[in-house]
Amino acid sequence: MTPTTADKIQAGLKKRYAAERRFRGYGLVSVTIGLAALLLLFVSIIGNGYSAFQQTFVKLDVQFDEAVIDPKGTRDPQSLARADYGQLIKKTMRELFPEVKNRRDKRKLYKLVSPGAVFILQDMVRKDPELIGTSQTVWVPADDDVDMLIKGYIDRDVPESARRLNDKEIAWIDALAATGSLEKRFNKIFFTAGDSREPELAGIWGAVVGSFYTLVVTLALSFPIGVAAAVYLQEFAPRNRWTDFIEVNINNLAAVPSIVFGLLGLSVFLNFMSLPRSAPLVGGLVLSLMTLPTVIIASRASLQSVPPSIREGALGMGASQMQMVAHHVLPLAMPGMLTGTIIGMARALGESAPLLMIGMVAFIVNVPEGPLDPSTVLPVQIYLWADTPERAFVERTSAATLVLLAFLVIMNGAAVWLRKRFEQRW
Amino acid sequence: MLNQKQAVLLERPAKTNDVLPSAPVKIQDTDTKTVGQVTVDKPIMTTRNVDVYYDDKQAIRNVSIDIAYNEVLSMIGPSGCGKSTFLRCLNRMNDTIESARVTGSIELEGHDIYDKKTDVVTLRARVGMVFQKPNPFPKSVYENVAYGPRIHGLARNQSELDEIVETSLRRAGLWDEVKDRLREPGTGLSGGQQQRLCIARCIAVNPDVILMDEPCSALDPIATARIEELIDELRQNYSIVIVTHSMQQAARVSQRTAYFHLGDLIEVGETSIIFTNPQHKLTEDYLTGRFG
Repeated sequence: MTPTTADKIQAGLKKRYAAERRFRGYGLVSVTIGLAALLLLFVSIIGNGYSAFQQTFVKLDVQFDEAVIDPKGTRDPQSLARADYGQLIKKTMRELFPEVKNRRDKRKLYKLVSPGAVFILQDMVRKDPELIGTSQTVWVPADDDVDMLIKGYIDRDVPESARRLNDKEIAWIDALAATGSLEKRFNKIFFTAGDSREPELAGIWGAVVGSFYTLVVTLALSFPIGVAAAVYLQEFAPRNRWTDFIEVNINNLAAVPSIVFGLLGLSVFLNFMSLPRSAPLVGGLVLSLMTLPTVIIASRASLQSVPPSIREGALGMGASQMQMVAHHVLPLAMPGMLTGTIIGMARALGESAPLLMIGMVAFIVNVPEGPLDPSTVLPVQIYLWADTPERAFVERTSAATLVLLAFLVIMNGAAVWLRKRFEQRW
Repeated sequence: MLNQKQAVLLERPAKTNDVLPSAPVKIQDTDTKTVGQVTVDKPIMTTRNVDVYYDDKQAIRNVSIDIAYNEVLSMIGPSGCGKSTFLRCLNRMNDTIESARVTGSIELEGHDIYDKKTDVVTLRARVGMVFQKPNPFPKSVYENVAYGPRIHGLARNQSELDEIVETSLRRAGLWDEVKDRLREPGTGLSGGQQQRLCIARCIAVNPDVILMDEPCSALDPIATARIEELIDELRQNYSIVIVTHSMQQAARVSQRTAYFHLGDLIEVGETSIIFTNPQHKLTEDYLTGRFG
């Protein structure tokens, strides 16, 4: 008996299903590998970075001695600002550990407190001169080495000569901790300060503000220009060799390494146009150049996806080309355009290479007050901190990365939300 | 650009009319010259020797036909015969296809619509179009109908606009169904309602001619019946050219019928005559269901 069609199908069926199962298996493995890599990344960053959100503070009972702060008793703000607040801290520390007599040991003792403590006292007096002559309990940030010891990053078993803190210092720290004068608190400085050479005084706010100005400039330039270019190319331009040429080049530009845009910015904006170095304005210009092709390509794709029936409907009513685009095509394409723009912006936010070329890599302590002030951006700040030797910067690098990732997740989430919210079905 | 050929063609209908009663022999299918009554006494649109090319491919060949006032002209023929292409020439919708090229003359009340001086916006306001698939704008019912009057500046104020919208919806037989949901999206209506909304949108600018490109092909029989009734009512005020795949529909709604075959206009005539006594063999074959 010759096999029927059904028999032939039966014979091959097992093999077909096996292939299907195998394919599904490959897919599952790839997804698992991807998720594992992501998980590893997050575990390592969060594991390294979470401790930076806390900082060790020292409790000091400071005597605001009038003889030190304002010996003449004039309460003149300028002389108050110039007074030697370091002396107050040193005196407090000496009182805490009266047994320390040696000059070298005293220096080590004073260094347990962050140099930033001086400014905290100065600020207190500036705000409230009444404090002079009184005694106040003040929590000031501890030195980064103290912080590292408390957080357990300094190994006590390492021989003294190879340790950043010697036995005496560790003994003082332990004594402070035993009396409750050391405490880990939320690290507000990290979120409100600019950069600093002292890890315990360094923050990301300067970089966040720099990133903000840079992105504002980028958005203000790349969105309108990109949308206008896309609308023209897609809806109005004749199809000829010129527009083909432009189209190919826009696609090429999207693939150009970002550092090339940095070099372009350096030679055109800084050298030729003499714009200020390290300024968010120039950073924004450079990132606009980088983002424009992405915005144009996304916008064109979005315009193209508007169904021809809507265009025909509008044209059939006697709408002009411009009316058709403005009244019907553009509103329908807008969510797609916004999504593309946000994704382009997220890429610009994470970009560091081109900004290195235009000097946004400088060490800048002040929080920028405008797009012309020298500043740095989040990814460059991360790069700068990753380069520093202090152990305390390791956790800050990771913490800053977390903040950057949070911004990126928020932006991409906004893009997804926009797409879902305004998705049109025909 | 009037040439001899055209002059000959204008004469021909008289001849064929003479032949009609005494010539039971069908014209053979190798002959693609148009037979039947091409001209009418008072045409609103006249087309002469229209050729359309997509790049080098010729889509329709040498089509000449008149469209009368207050008539429904149906165009039938197998798929790909060029009837939609021809329809789209009448309000220059083919302009949107870059490779399309139209030659010959198409006149609307004596003015060549392909003339450089003719404004395509004005033309399309006078020659409206209803498409195969209902394509209301993703806006409210009200906005859909108000769009045309708005862009053409036909209403001086809001109350005038409201009136135009209501009249148009009434004429399209949709008012009673949508009067309470004017602010709801037009895309939320049923298929038949959407198509009537598109017709309302079209007549809101008070065109002279309405082109319909298979307006019922996406609709169920009941919705189709409503549209056909509507077409008959609209004939009081407009000239309608309708492309259809349904011969019954052509027979039901139209006064004249044109049969297209592979880019040629084969036969034109009174619908009753075409359907009962076609002169051309191709027409007869199509109508009797031998192909198509």
